[in-house]
Formats: sequence, C-alpha cells, structure tokens
Amino acid sequence: MKTNDVILQTTAKVVFFIIFLFSIHIFFAGHYAPGGGFVGGLLTTGAIILLLLAFDLKTIQQILPFNFTIVTAIGLVLALATAAGSIVFNVPFFTHAFDDFYLPLFGKTSLHTAMLFDSGVYLVVVGSAITIIQSIGGDS
Amino acid sequence: MEFVLLIFLPVIFALLIPFAYKYVKGIHTGWFVILVPLVLFAYYLSFIPLTMDGGHAISELKWIPSLGITFTSYIDGLSLLFTLLITGIGSLVVLYSVFYMDRHKEDLGSFYVYLLIFMTAMLGVVQSDNTMTLYLFWELTSISSFLLIGFWYTRDQSRFGALKSMMITVFGGLMMLGGFILLSIMGDTFSIRELIVQAPELVSQPYFTLALVLILLGAFTKSAQFPFYIWLPDAMEAPTPVSAYLHSATMVKAGIYLVARFTPIFGASSAWIWLVTGIGLLTLFWGSFFAVKQTDLKAILAFSTVSQLGLIMSLLGAGAITYHTTQDIFTFATYAAIFHLINHATFKGGLFMIAGIIDHETGTRDIRKLGGLMSLMPVSFTVALIGSLSMAGLPPFNGFLSKEMFLQSMLAVRHFELFNFDTWGILFPVIAWVASVFTFTYSLYFVLKTFTGQIKTDQLPKKPHEAPAGMLAAPVILAGLVIIIFFIPNLVGKWLIKPAVMAVQPTLYDSPSAVDINVTAWHGFDSAELWLTVAIVILGTLLYLTIPKWQPLYKIQPAKLSLNEGYDALMRGSEKGMNRLSRLFMTGIIRTYLLYMFAFLSVTVIALLFIKDAFVVDMNSFAEISVYAVLNGLILLLSVGFVVFAKSRLAAIIALGGVGYSVALFFVIFKAPDLALTQLVIETVSVALFLLAFKHLPALNNHGETTKNKLVNLIISLSVGVMVTLVALSSHSQKLIPSISQYYKDTVATEAGGGNIVNVILVDYRGFDTLFEIAVLAIAGIAVLGMIRLRVSRKESTDENE
Repeated sequence: MKTNDVILQTTAKVVFFIIFLFSIHIFFAGHYAPGGGFVGGLLTTGAIILLLLAFDLKTIQQILPFNFTIVTAIGLVLALATAAGSIVFNVPFFTHAFDDFYLPLFGKTSLHTAMLFDSGVYLVVVGSAITIIQSIGGDS
Repeated sequence: MEFVLLIFLPVIFALLIPFAYKYVKGIHTGWFVILVPLVLFAYYLSFIPLTMDGGHAISELKWIPSLGITFTSYIDGLSLLFTLLITGIGSLVVLYSVFYMDRHKEDLGSFYVYLLIFMTAMLGVVQSDNTMTLYLFWELTSISSFLLIGFWYTRDQSRFGALKSMMITVFGGLMMLGGFILLSIMGDTFSIRELIVQAPELVSQPYFTLALVLILLGAFTKSAQFPFYIWLPDAMEAPTPVSAYLHSATMVKAGIYLVARFTPIFGASSAWIWLVTGIGLLTLFWGSFFAVKQTDLKAILAFSTVSQLGLIMSLLGAGAITYHTTQDIFTFATYAAIFHLINHATFKGGLFMIAGIIDHETGTRDIRKLGGLMSLMPVSFTVALIGSLSMAGLPPFNGFLSKEMFLQSMLAVRHFELFNFDTWGILFPVIAWVASVFTFTYSLYFVLKTFTGQIKTDQLPKKPHEAPAGMLAAPVILAGLVIIIFFIPNLVGKWLIKPAVMAVQPTLYDSPSAVDINVTAWHGFDSAELWLTVAIVILGTLLYLTIPKWQPLYKIQPAKLSLNEGYDALMRGSEKGMNRLSRLFMTGIIRTYLLYMFAFLSVTVIALLFIKDAFVVDMNSFAEISVYAVLNGLILLLSVGFVVFAKSRLAAIIALGGVGYSVALFFVIFKAPDLALTQLVIETVSVALFLLAFKHLPALNNHGETTKNKLVNLIISLSVGVMVTLVALSSHSQKLIPSISQYYKDTVATEAGGGNIVNVILVDYRGFDTLFEIAVLAIAGIAVLGMIRLRVSRKESTDENE
C-alpha cells in the first residue's frame, strides 16, 4: 500500500534544516550556554530520523551517503586523540588548553581543545545512533 | 639512553609487521623481523663489561607512580644472561622460521606479531625489578604462547594444547601474583632489590612460607615441573620455530629465572631447598623416563626439556644450601645451573630445529616411520648427533661439562647436615644418576632411531632430501656453539656465568671474579663423577639396545590414571558443573533476569538503609512545591498508568513517550535546561526507535502468566519504586561531605575556560567518563550492527571445523 505523505515530506524538507542548524548552534554554544556535543548530536539524529520517517531508508542513504560506522570511528579517534594530545606537551592525559584569538570575521574568539573533544562526542552520538536506526530499520 | 624502552621495541615493531606482510609481497616478512632481535642482541652485548665487574644498570619508566608500579629495567649478570639468550636464540629462530614458514601458505603477519609480543614479554620478565610489572609480562608470555601454540587454529589438537598451556600457566601466574602481594605486604615494596635487602627480616614473617609456596607454584607451572609439566608435550602442536624458541630455550626458563631471582629472598628457608631440589629431581627423573615412551620426535624433545628443566631446578635448589653453610663443595650447584641453562639452550634449540627439518622434508615426525636418513641428510644428522651427545653428557660437547658439575653437586648434597639432608640426602645422587642413565638412553633413541637403520621410503609422505642451506644455518650455528663452549668454558664463565651466579648469591661474593670455580673437562681418575659417567654410558647403551624388550613396561600404567586424564576430567567436570549451575536459574527469558536483578537490588538497598540507620528525611531541605509541579506529576502518573494498562503496544509506546516528556518538563521547572534539552531529544529519538523496531516485536499478549506471577511482579516493582524514593529522600536530606558544586562554580571560568558547568563537567572535569561513555556507545552501535546485519542464518553452519 502506498500512503500519500506529501505534507509530511514537504514539511520535513524544511524542518530538517531548521533542526539541523539548531543542533549546530547548540553544539557550538555548549561551552557557555546549555548544549554541547551530546545534545547536538542527538538533535542531528532527530533531524535525520524525521527525514527517515517522511521518506525511507534508501532515500536517506542516497541523500547522506556516509558510512555511519566510520563516522563513529572518526569521532572516537578524534576524542581520544584530543585527550592523548596533551601527553605530547608533557602535561597529564586529558589536560585541555584554551586561549583567546583574534580571527578574521569572528573577532575575539575563545578557542578551546574541549571543542575538539566535543566534536568527537558529537560524531560518535550521530554515528552510533544512525547506525543502530539503520540496522534495525533496514532489517527485514 | 633510557634502555627500559628497548623492552617495548619488539612490540612497537610489531605494529609495522601487518603492513610489511600485506604490501611487501616479494620478501619474506621474517627478514624484517630478524632486525629486532639482532639489534637488541648487539646492544645488550655492550653491557657485558659492566656486569663482569659486578655492576648493574637501572632504567626506569614510571607507570602508576601513586601505587609504586614502575617499569624498571634492572640489568645485572642474571638478567643480562637471559636477555642475551632471548635475543640471541630469537635471532636464530627467526632466521630458521624464514625458511620453515612458507610465505605463500602461512599467515606470517599474525605469526610474527605474536612472536614479537612474546619477545617484549620475555624481556620484560627477566629485566623487571618491580614485581607487579614482572607479573604483567609473565602473563603476557602465557598469552603469546597461547596464540603461538594455537597458530594452526583449525586443528583440534592445536586449540586443545593452546588452552591447556594457558590454563596451567595462568593458574600458576595467579598463584605467583598472590605470592608477590604477600611479599609486598611484608616488605612494603614491590621492588625485588629492596626485598632482597630486607631478606633477613622477611624470614620470620608469618606469611613467608605461604609466599614461598605461591611463587614456586608460578615457577613450577611455567617451567613445566612435575606435576604441571603436562602442558608442555601438548604445546608441541605449535610450529617448530615456536617450540624451539618458547618451549625449550626461553619461556619455560622463566620459572628457572624466577627461582634464581628469588633465591636471595627465600634461600634461607628449608622448604625452599627441599621443594626446589626435590621437585626438580622428581621432574628430571619423570621426564627422562617417559621420554623413551614417546614416538613423536617433538614429544621426545618435550619430555627431555621437562627433564632438563628439572635438572636445572634441582641445581638451583641445591645452590641455596650455600645460605646455610660456608663449605666450598656446595658452591658448584648454582654455577652448574647457570652453565647448564646456557648449554641446554644451545643443544636443545638445535635439536628442535632438526626435528622441524625432518618433519618438513619427510612429512612425518613419527619415529616408527623414520630411519636411515643419515646418508640422505648428512648435515642434519651431524647437528642432531652433536646435540644429542651433548644432551647425553659426552665430551667434547658442552653438556658433558655441566653434567659432570651436576653430578658433583648432587654428590655434595649428601654432606649437608641440616634439615634431614644427612639421612635423606643419599637419595639425591641416586635419583640424579638413574635419571642421567635414561637421559643417555633417550638421546641415543632420538638420534639413532631417526638417522640409522633401514630407510622406510614407502611409509614417508614425502621423498626425503637434505634441507636448504638457509634452514640449516641456525642449527649449524647452535651446534658450533655446543663444541666451542666445550673448549672455552671458563671464558663463558667469566663473561656470563659468574656475573649471573653473583646475582643469585649476592651475599657470598663481592664481585664476579670472587666466584672461585674453574671448569675443567678432566678431573683425574679418582673423581667420582668420571666413573659415574662411565657407568651411565654403559648402562644407557645397554638400555638403548634392549628398548624393544622393556618398552612394553610403559603400558602397565593405565591411561585412566595419568595426569593428563586428571586434567581432562577436571576440565570436563568444571565445564559440566558450571553448566548445571547456570541452568538452575538461567531460563533464557529476559523478564526472569530483570526480576532477579530488581528483587535483589531493592531488597539489599532497603535492608541496608534500615540496618545502617541511613534513612533520614529533612523536610527543610526541600524546595517549595509549585502548582506546575503538582500538575506535571499528575500527568506523569497518568502516563505511567496508561503504559501499564495499555491494550496495544503502540499505545504503550506513545504513553511511555509521555512519561519521558513530563520528566523533561520537571527538569524545566527545576531550572536544568541542559537536562531538559537532552531528555526531550532522547525521548524523541527513542520513541522513533521503538516505532522502527515495532514490527519486529511479538504481539502484546499474555505469556501464560497467572495471578500469582503478576502479584510477584507487582511486589517487586513497588519495592523498586520505594527503594528509589527512599534513597533519593535520604541522600538529599543528609550531606556527609560538602557539595562539589562550589568548586565548579569557582573554577569553571578560570581553570576550564568555560561558562556552562554541565558541559564543562562532560568535556573537562569528568572527561574520562565521557570518553568511556562514547566508547560504550560506539560499541553498542557496532554490536547492534553486528547482531542484525552480520548474523548468520540458521541454515549456515557455524562450526569452524568444517
């Protein structure tokens, strides 16, 4: 049976970007305001799930042609590398570093290695959640 | 240079091996690997002048400083000797393996990775001064040995042998760990050197003998002493280079090393002397007697290794007598032990390689099918003959010298006057002599049955011919050493043995040159050893010639009563017993398990709360209850009720979403935006997941539950609810230690450079937690993927043997 879900699909196309952009915002805001890599990653997952409900697995795989297990792996490596990176500078494992920089366009910006770690968290959350959903949803 | 890092060189190099194996197809991977032991051997040689003067070198790498656990490389005469053996024999074995392991048929990548892991582990065992890291490396040798024995893992026998060696050696390792812990409690240090300094006070400690026995269990299992030797013959399923390396030259000597290293601590105890000497001699006799029973070339060598290890062990035990008396006649034993250790590595390594060559070139190791290979394989024959005669204790080979010293030491034991040795001591030379006769017999049995007599070409799977020159190179070098050492024993003594002897008996000597022992081949006609040797040769030859007549005697021992059968029964019994035990409560229904867990949890926690009088409610600490909170609570209760009483699963899932959202609302009411946000998204994602998995779930129906079952469920769920409420109330009402929030507030901007404490906790303060959590998340994702996408269908066979 073919259901007619034009309304859902049209809305999803727009809402996906809203949620996705919001998730990116939440992710970057994390260190100073509510948010962070975990919530950001979950929101992105939520956005993708919305697409998934509106369309189907195959379409999503065409739109987002990533292997999400590899996304997970990249995230995990990024997080671990950030944590281990401090050893190179002869400070204990997992010591973060931060400072203010003057960047073009942004002006005075605080850069923090915790951001890199959080990106790892973000990628792992998105990667494993979508892997799980794809596996369960794609099973027949 | 921090030479402690060199211990890790092989394992770091191992990281490159898979790439070399995969991308450099034209060159045998072994040629890369051989660089490691060669370089290490050359480097460690430079320590000889230092240890010759009685000096030592220390290099330290801190691992867990707060617990006093460090990687300490302590190089003195003893550890240097073992290090040179490991790297020297290692080089030869890798050279041999280049020709033995076919580069097109075998998985060389894994093979050399395991071998290099072993090399690191073994170097770590002999160089570590810290007992905890010693234990770490010790178990690592067991694990790499397991992997190497099981290298041809499609064979049942390989897997059986690998598991058996692991079970026995890891059992011993754990016992040894117990001994180490007792020692560290008594001496308040993990450092062996510091323990040796305290040795005189340790003797009177209550745990001393227990620690001694536990550490000896570790040494005896590793060095295949009676009754633990049974793993070694089964370990012969490993590729022959592994047998030559691990199971004759190095790993099985780790136990010898341990005994030698701890002699300064335990030597003063009579239990030590009795156990080490007694078990050593028993093993020597047992191994040599049963070697003649074997028909597999490698099995003969395995039993001979068992017996030779017993010989070295007994010498070390006898050497500890020097802690009780100053008479000169007892000082030979330790020297002989170290000397024989070197000799054994040379001749047995060569013999194993020859056994491998015969297997390689004829296709069988069954001595009943072999014979007359002398003319076809002249070089192999020569090497085998040299090795066997050295093992038998004949001149002009190095085994003769150490065998004479062994007999001399055992004769001396008679004169020891303490601990009943003056009455029972006579047994020692007798057992030693009988075992030597059998050693002579099995040496002849090994070499003559294989190389002389009638050739049986029709029984051999392959047409026999001499091995290629490269394969012969390593055994020829070893055979050369066997002869060279015979002619320069005192030079070897000066460079290697005396520094090692001094490390075993530090109280006896000031410097290695003070070890006043000169090895000579000829002691004159009036020496007892000479006539003992002559008698050994005569009787051994007679026994060899009459083997067919008395070999049936071995059949008297019923197979049911053997140690191997005991091991098998133990394994079978524990497997069955555990199975039966777990079947008692494992029903295979997840709900049952949840019931166990929740019932246990709630009962213990509630009971503890009241036993410890921990339940306190302080009404003043609670926030005011707003009308929104009450309303939200009502919604929550309604949703929960709906979940429980829903008739369709879809409705239950949606109601469960309602529960989650109202919890999120609670977070909003109590001003926790981070939690609220996360809870909202989690709830959304998990409802979506539920819906996805929906079609796979069985219909929501009654699973044959009775009212009684439901009552039990009700009681358990109620008690879990009560437990959580009570714990929450009392933990909020009393604060044993001040809250950490203030610290976070103070440091979040200055130390962590952030503004949102919740997020900074996640990524910085408690970053470790997060790191492990995302690791778990990733594992969960991959596990789901594996379970669903990669599962084998029921029709496919999962038996890897087919």
